[in-house]
Amino acid sequence: MPTHLDNEQSLVAAAQAGDSDAFVALLNHYSRHIYRLGVSITGNHHDAEDVLQEASLKAYTALAEFRGNSRFYTWLVRIAVNVALGKLRKRALWKESSLDEPRESEDGSYIPLEIESWGENPEEACLKSDLQQVLSEVIQKLDPKSRTIFTLRDVEKFSIEETAKLLSLSIPVVKTRLLRSRLKLREELTKYFGKGARNAMPTSHR
Amino acid sequence: MRCRQVIDKISDYLDGELDPELVRELERHLEHCEDCRVVVDTTHKTVEIFYHTEPAALPEDVRGRLNQMFTQKFHKEEPR
Repeated sequence: MPTHLDNEQSLVAAAQAGDSDAFVALLNHYSRHIYRLGVSITGNHHDAEDVLQEASLKAYTALAEFRGNSRFYTWLVRIAVNVALGKLRKRALWKESSLDEPRESEDGSYIPLEIESWGENPEEACLKSDLQQVLSEVIQKLDPKSRTIFTLRDVEKFSIEETAKLLSLSIPVVKTRLLRSRLKLREELTKYFGKGARNAMPTSHR
Repeated sequence: MRCRQVIDKISDYLDGELDPELVRELERHLEHCEDCRVVVDTTHKTVEIFYHTEPAALPEDVRGRLNQMFTQKFHKEEPR
């Protein structure tokens, strides 16, 4: 979750009073987070740009409705998530999405396959830009609902409760999806960071 | 505690939401199970990597189009 702007409250008040520069300052601070959220949920940059534009416009139009009960960022994310989910629903990807997970035991438990320790500092194993690319590639291996939950909880750092509320899902559903997403991503990242790593670099660099 | 139960509880364990008695059981299991130790450790690292990675800067063309959209909107709204 991005840091608070020092003067956030006064910027919000100014924006609500019609100061467009104040709104642009708020937007500039959060836009890359909203864009990343859009890429994670929709799975592509084109839709992510739509999400950013539509959510920004909606936020601007509805500014008077923001009461300051939550962070401005949380309010903006709620709008962006609704826009992004609207796109998934249009593509019939939200309701239908189930965990595409072939390695379940009979009782539904997840069985880890890649059991291999990583180096001490996996982040240092590749360049920062490569790491961003690896993370963005592996997250797309999750189904849309799971990657939305994972992104809100583990990337944007909302609590389980906030994530459930943002997505109108129950807490047990969020927890189950989160567990499986973390385990699946662990498997994927082991291919990069495991001691006998098979993928040393992002696909596009190989 | 068996390996399967450890896997089912990893998220709650990492989030600090596991009952203290279960934490003790899970950690006792980890002391003698190398495989579960690796899975718990690498799951923890997975969460940490995502948690600490900042988003890339907004692509210039995306920023340009966003700014342009608002410039036009603000221009239209200016009182005559």
